[in-house]
Amino acid sequence: MPLTHQTPLLDELEKGPWPSFVKDLKRAANEGNSDTANDLLGQLELSYKQKVGHWKHGGIVGVFGYGGGVIGRYSDSPHMFPAVEHFHTMRVNQPASKFYSTKALRTLCDIWDKHGSKITNMHGSTGDIVFLGCRTEALEPCFADLAKAGFDLGGSGSALRTPSCCVGKARCEWACIDTQDLCYSLTMTYQDEMHRPAWPYKFKFKISGCPNDCVASIARADCSIIGTWRDDIRINQDEIKKYADAGFNIEKHVVGLCPTKCITYEGGTLTIDNKNCTRCMHCINVMPKALRPGTDTGATILLGAKAPILEGAQMGAVVIPFLKLDGSAEEVEDQYRELKDFIEKLWDWWDEEGKNRERVGELIQRLGYRAFLEAVELDPIPQMVKEPRSNPYIFFREEEVEGGWERSVEEYRSRHQA
Amino acid sequence: MSEVMKDRITDIGPPKYDTMWPDYIKDNYGKWLYHEELEPGVLKHVTETGATVFTVRIAATRLMTTLHIRDLAAIADEFCGGTLRFTTRNNVEFMVADQSKLEPLKARLKADGHLIGGTGAGITNIVHTQGWVHCHTPAIDASGIVKSVMDELAEYFHDKRLPAKVRISLACCLNMCGAVHCSDISILGVHRKPPLIEHDRLLNVCEIPTTIAACPTAAIKPYNFEDEKGEKVKSLQVNADRCMFCGNCYTMCPAMPLADPQGDGVALWVGGKVSNARSMPMFSKLAVPFLPNTPPRWPETVDAIKKMVEVYADGARPYERYGEWIQRIGWETWFKLVGFEFTTHHIDDYRFAMTTWRSSTQFRFTD
Repeated sequence: MPLTHQTPLLDELEKGPWPSFVKDLKRAANEGNSDTANDLLGQLELSYKQKVGHWKHGGIVGVFGYGGGVIGRYSDSPHMFPAVEHFHTMRVNQPASKFYSTKALRTLCDIWDKHGSKITNMHGSTGDIVFLGCRTEALEPCFADLAKAGFDLGGSGSALRTPSCCVGKARCEWACIDTQDLCYSLTMTYQDEMHRPAWPYKFKFKISGCPNDCVASIARADCSIIGTWRDDIRINQDEIKKYADAGFNIEKHVVGLCPTKCITYEGGTLTIDNKNCTRCMHCINVMPKALRPGTDTGATILLGAKAPILEGAQMGAVVIPFLKLDGSAEEVEDQYRELKDFIEKLWDWWDEEGKNRERVGELIQRLGYRAFLEAVELDPIPQMVKEPRSNPYIFFREEEVEGGWERSVEEYRSRHQA
Repeated sequence: MSEVMKDRITDIGPPKYDTMWPDYIKDNYGKWLYHEELEPGVLKHVTETGATVFTVRIAATRLMTTLHIRDLAAIADEFCGGTLRFTTRNNVEFMVADQSKLEPLKARLKADGHLIGGTGAGITNIVHTQGWVHCHTPAIDASGIVKSVMDELAEYFHDKRLPAKVRISLACCLNMCGAVHCSDISILGVHRKPPLIEHDRLLNVCEIPTTIAACPTAAIKPYNFEDEKGEKVKSLQVNADRCMFCGNCYTMCPAMPLADPQGDGVALWVGGKVSNARSMPMFSKLAVPFLPNTPPRWPETVDAIKKMVEVYADGARPYERYGEWIQRIGWETWFKLVGFEFTTHHIDDYRFAMTTWRSSTQFRFTD
């Protein structure tokens, strides 16, 4: 269909070397006959002219039996842009680490062409495939076709959000854990928690295979699972020599940048004091042929990361320094169970104590680390903090104090004049 | 039960990850030994048994139509055994096991107008939110600013190198769906006018206690509004001096919109990272408190970011991320180099503000 809106401002975004979403949307409208794409361009042009958005606030829509996975959205100017009057989003759970067979991709395209706008996000911030621009009456049939094709919706609202992970062992030598398998296992175990919001607020799992943290889990996941190792970095001295022979300055770029100064390079041999290595990945990153993570692998579990709203941004904090995640299929299943048991204790506590729209990290702040550790049955260890407290305001409890807190004023005054 | 509920399939989860793999991933799973960057956007991964996979990464827009996805799928069918991959930063990766297919694949991608790049010490795709395309609380657009910034920085994607990678992200309001608060450079949509209050509608669409509780600075209090009939109607009032424009009230209460053409615009942040390499992960810090909303190309924002990239390219040492560089040279030096005005807005006045004040006589003179 021909484009029906003049878009002189958006047309400017067809120029330049970077791929243009405007070109793509116009193509969907023209060649793809998407009246939604056509009216989206029209409404977006209006936003560009007026410098404000034109979507209404909220709108509760969904598919039967699910409390999430669909974000309701309506245009505030449907008289001008009828095809985007309903412009709901469907979050479709992506396959872990986003490999796609072209067959699966085309199936998704066929379903979305049939029921929706032809517009997607590949992918949304949480990691889902996002179908953008669905009418209310199309939600249920689209969902049914997705389910028939083996796809399901992701999470939204006060629920478990779609877990996501890095490329992992599929194509990365640094993956200390099987990120895709763990991601899949958590996703499958907690389908109910994803699809039926029942919590104070959202909860995110993100899984990175090593401390480079390619999915930014430490910045944004309530539970950040980051692969690591606890034995020695593997060194190939022949390859070290090749780096040096090729003119790479090992002293400057490796030894000099090690944060704990645990590397020495003498007589052409590289030595690492592994006891003092904090596994930052720098040396491995810059000499990937010569250095590799160790083989006693597992994950560090950090909790509480979130963006600023409400109490300010938080990064994940170490709760479990090392959880072994490697071994036979049965061993791994037991290790996953151990992780899930921990998570479920955390959820129970949060469900019980959390205020409306309070993330786990904020609850831990509000009630204190001690209450949190008691709830999840963990002991305090120095790995949990950067440094001990510097203020003297310790909340001693009565049971910690010899003789308790009950005292007699009379007895006190018998020894001290007022 | 309705027809819809009959034989209904629910809670099946996503397709299992390994159903999407071609043989060159399946056979080499967990066996990877090392990788190298052959050129920006082209990676070679090698296994312990000597098998190789070549990856070509291209720029993509997060907002993508099914027509475009089908085009990408056709390329993957022709060269890659029918598999492709999307990255966490919205790039697309095409993989081949057979080196003889690498150059033809690259040639085809270039012929189709794709930019190859986004690996290593350069600038890769900007992760971003929805903006005016779909969001109901945005202060800025997302896709248009990303396009404008990346048009300017495209050479750092496919060609020019920097001391280390520079990760740029954009969030169109303080909710930060994109978690931009730990990026080398982040672009954030901010509001600067307190919410409007639709007194005649508020009680119908908002819960008064939860809206009051949603305000982080306790700036919202109950208010009895007198309607046309002279009747008192329960509503809310905002103490504008305490408003920090977070928009949390609007999230809870649709009768308190904040968006405004003059009030809204861009704040820029700098020096965050999520990687643990060398230094610990860091938050991004305020670089520019406000730039105007200037569609369709946001020139002020683009210029400021370009300046930020250029001073980093000149000043940082190899492998030094943006925030590590600033830590080394000091913020006072950085502001001098980049030429941005340092204002009272840069000095924290929210909770724990004093932890960012300089409690030392150590600093550099920059006059």
